[in-house]
Formats: sequence, structure tokens, C-alpha cells
Amino acid sequence: MSAIAKEQELVSSAPKERVKWVAYLKRYWQLYVLLFLPMLYLLVFKYVPMKYVLIAFKKYSIVQSIGEMPWADNHGMQYFIQAFQNKDFVNALRNTIVLNLLDLVIGFPIPIIFALILNELAFKRFKKVVQTIAYMPHFLSWVIIYGLAIQLFTPTSGLVNMFITKLGGQAIPFLNDPGKWVGTYIFLGIWQSFGWNSIIYLAAMAGISPELYEAASVDGAGRFSKMWHITLPGIRGTIVVLLVMALGNIIGSGFDRPFALQNNLVMQNAEVISTFVYKNGIKGLQFSLTTAVGLFQSIVGVVFLLFANWLARKLGERGIW
Amino acid sequence: MIARMVKSKSTFVGDMVFAVVCVIISLMCLIPMINLLARSLSGTDFLVKHQVYLLPKGLNFDAYTTVLGDPKYLKAFVWTLFLTLVSTLISLTMTTLCAYPLIFTKLKGRSVFNIIITITMFFSAGTIPNYLLMKDLNLLDNPLVLIIPSCLSVYNMIIMRSFFYGIPDSLREAAEIDGASYFRILWSVYIPLSKPVIATLALFYAVGRWNGYSDALMYMKNKDFYPLQLLLYNILNNINSVEVATQEGFSTPGLSESLKAAIVMFSTIPILCVYPFLQKYFIHGVTVGAVKE
Repeated sequence: MSAIAKEQELVSSAPKERVKWVAYLKRYWQLYVLLFLPMLYLLVFKYVPMKYVLIAFKKYSIVQSIGEMPWADNHGMQYFIQAFQNKDFVNALRNTIVLNLLDLVIGFPIPIIFALILNELAFKRFKKVVQTIAYMPHFLSWVIIYGLAIQLFTPTSGLVNMFITKLGGQAIPFLNDPGKWVGTYIFLGIWQSFGWNSIIYLAAMAGISPELYEAASVDGAGRFSKMWHITLPGIRGTIVVLLVMALGNIIGSGFDRPFALQNNLVMQNAEVISTFVYKNGIKGLQFSLTTAVGLFQSIVGVVFLLFANWLARKLGERGIW
Repeated sequence: MIARMVKSKSTFVGDMVFAVVCVIISLMCLIPMINLLARSLSGTDFLVKHQVYLLPKGLNFDAYTTVLGDPKYLKAFVWTLFLTLVSTLISLTMTTLCAYPLIFTKLKGRSVFNIIITITMFFSAGTIPNYLLMKDLNLLDNPLVLIIPSCLSVYNMIIMRSFFYGIPDSLREAAEIDGASYFRILWSVYIPLSKPVIATLALFYAVGRWNGYSDALMYMKNKDFYPLQLLLYNILNNINSVEVATQEGFSTPGLSESLKAAIVMFSTIPILCVYPFLQKYFIHGVTVGAVKE
């Protein structure tokens, strides 16, 4: 009997529900109108491409739609197998991870150290000028940075090598020797981003209560012990968040930086996944293979991010969510 | 602060050490630009003999005259400027349209919209699926491909939304009681109060478009629509191969050296002129959402 009663209740409440909806929409329709274009954009440019990911499991054909394309061999996994048998891809994967790890190990602490130094600067005007200068490289494109790197590092006419030869040393092929190129790549990455990345740490430091410093001074703490025992612990949460994001990006590869900086002489160390995909996919038309590579990269990226976040939480930090 | 008032000798020494370190860091940022400027203004002879360090030798403006006299560069410059202005305007509009409705907790389906947005931050289909989409949308070789696919950054949207959250609800509620529509509230309450975040995001979008070249590289074959950075990339790589040739004993291309410097300078200047004035705004923009209390 209760079922019947419920049913009756539902029937009688249906028009009421509709009235409520009409009233709701009458009030809020404008918000949905505003959201229409952004949502359309996200659906078309972020979600529709996910349909094309299927190409990784299919034999790509220019005349067929995705549905019509035949499945790839080995239960559709053919192109993933092919990728890992491809010497160039394995090399690009290795380079991606090595370059990202070097960026992380060498590049991650530098903005923190820079922020610590800035935070200690007593002269406010001077601090502002230093900040403005240090943010500048972030606003340069990688093509321009490559242009600057040529001017600085070419063996005969680069500024740095002109100094080295003037001092009686041998010119160093910073850009043309595969091993030295890695150093140059890391250096330029740090040069471009250290100032910008310090902003977040500086903001976190500004949030530390001055009372802590005053109490420490009363207890006779020196400058460095205050930095070590108050400032650094004060920004630990921020450090962890950024570390998690950096770890999540360990297999990710931007395109602009490696593509602008690489040249034919150093490709053994300079080819990364994004440039491999561009060259073999858009230039080389191996769409299935490169889509598979891209999918692999995306999935491993998400797994790394989840893992890093799990680890951070396990260690008692808050992580990114 | 007490600590600052009783300044001992050792903290003074410490201050000086930190100041010196900062001077060195600043020089490291500036020297490449100074060197570039010096080269672009130097005479061919001095460049060939590798005598130009931080000050121009044989000061002349030939390289700049050549760059400004060549319609190829000027056209790319004007086109990129136009592209940057248009795409910044469109992106700011899209970002506002997306951020504003999402601050209304009463909005039904808000969590669905938020999930749609969040997923795109963690997973992207990849280069080739995007390329094939552009192909199917007939956007390849269409100048719109440099504007539409990048017209909304979810990260920037989150920055704007956080800023909107910071605007007191009471202002909105007062307007609602006065019978203002939601369009009206956006236009007359939120946008006027959001100038700092709009300035920040305008800078981010404009810099992104001005500096971006990979979309043009992938989607554009028509050289007429190349943005300045892609043109610069091609020039640098050709000239760079000449530089390799010189090492093997061919004649030295003197003018191209200062010309190259002048072109790099030319494509850098607009941004260097803008960003220092927006510094107080973008610092806030960067830190929104990233710092946890």
C-alpha cells in the first residue's frame, strides 16, 4: 500500500516539480546562457579529441571514419608494442625522463633559495628592482631564448666563449655537443623560470606570522636559524604542493622549450616525447603510432600525479586535493 | 619590528652578502639582453672580429633600418600584434563567461560543470587527436586556428573565479534585491571590481599568444599567417646553419649577425615594455589558489 501511496504522491508532485523548475529557470537562465560558450568550447576542443584517441588502437586510414577503421593487430595493442620496439621512441622516453629529473633535482630548489634570499633583503626598493629583473626571462619566448643562447654560447662568436678564449681557454660547444647541450638546456630552463617560480614561495613567506620571528629573536636565534626553523617550515605546504605537481609532470614534456633549443647535432639527447610525436605524427603521418605514444604519456602522467599525491598525504602533508 | 631595530653588525654583513648575491643574479638575467642590444647596434667589422661584449662598437642603426624596411618583418609584427589583441579580448571574455556563473552556489548542475572543467586539467587527448580535430573542423591553415583552440585556459579561469569569490556576496545580493539581472550584476558589479585580475589575465593571455609558436608550426602552412615567433624561429635556424658553415671556412655573414640580434630585439620589446607595469597585479594572480594557509 505504501508503494501505491508513493506513486500517487509522485504523480501529484510532478507538476509541482515542473513549476519549481520553470520558476528556477526564469530566475537563473541567464547564468546558463553565459556558460553556454565556455562549455561548448570545452566539449569541442577538450572532449571531442578524446574520440580520436581510439586511433591508437586502430589502423589509421585517411578515407575512413574512426568507426570504420579496422582494429590494430594484437588485440588493438599493435602500436603500443611498435612504440616500445621503436629505438627512437625509447630514446625520446629516456630523454624526457632524464631531462625532467634533472630539472627537478637542480631546478626545483633554486626558486626556494632565491625566495629565501629576497625575503631577507633589507632594502625594499632594491628588492623590487631585483624582482622585476628576475621575472623578465619568464616573459621571453623560447625562440627568443634560443636566439639569446646562440649569442651567448656559439663556439666562435658567443659571448661566453669569447671570454673563455680570451682567458686562454678552449671554446666549449655548449649547444652542439650532446652532453653539454643537456647542461645548457637545464641552465636555460632555470634561467627562464627561477624568478617567476619564486613568487609563490615569497607569497607563502609573507603569510608567516611575524610574531614567530620576534619570539625567535627574543630567544636569541640568528638569521640562519630563523630561516631554517621558521621560514622553511612555514612554506613546507607550498613546497609539497609544487613538488607533487612537478612529480606528476615527470613524463610530461612541453613542446616549445625542447623544440626551440634542439638541433641536429644533439638529437640523441634532445629528442623528447612531444617533439617525437610532432615529427613522426604531424610530419611523418604515423598517426596511430604517435596517438598511442601520446595516450601512454597522458596515462602515465595521471598515474604519477596520483602516486605523488598519495605519497604526500601518506607523509602527513595535504597534497593537492 | 624589534629585530630590525636592534641591528647588530653581523646582520649588516648578512644584508650586504644577500644584496651582492642579488646583484649577481640580476646581472645574469640582464647580460644576455645587454649583449643582444650591443650586437644589434654594432658595426659588421667589430662583430666579425668578435670584439663586441656589452657595449656596441661602431654604433649604427643599420640592422634596425633593415628590419623596419623589410615588409616581411613589419607585416609579421603587425599581424602578431593584431592576433594578440584579438585573442586576448576573446580569451578574457570566455574566461569571464565561464568563471562568473560558477560562483553561484544556487546554480543547479554546478558540480557537473566543475567536473567537466577539472577533468580537462588532468587528462588531455594529446597532440595528434587535437591535430585531427583541427583537420576535421577545417581549421588547418585557417588563421582562426591561432585564436579559437586556445581561447580559454582553465587555469586562468580558476584564478578569475577565486578573485570573484573574494568579492563580498552582500554586493551581489544588494543588486539582486534591486532587481538587477545576472548579466547586469556581472557588468556593473563584478567587472568593475575585477580590474586587477583582468589585467593579470590579459597579460598572461597576451604573453602566451605573443610568445606561442607551436600551434602555428603544427596547424599553419601558409607563411602569410606565421606569427612573429615562428618567423623568428625559421630565421634563427637558417642563420644558425650559416654560422656552422662559417666555422668550416666560408665567408662570414657580418650583417646577418647584427640583423639577427635586431630581429630578436624587435620581437621582444613589446612584452618588455608592458610587464613591469603590471607587476603588482600578476603577483597576486600567480599566488591565487597555489598558497595554502
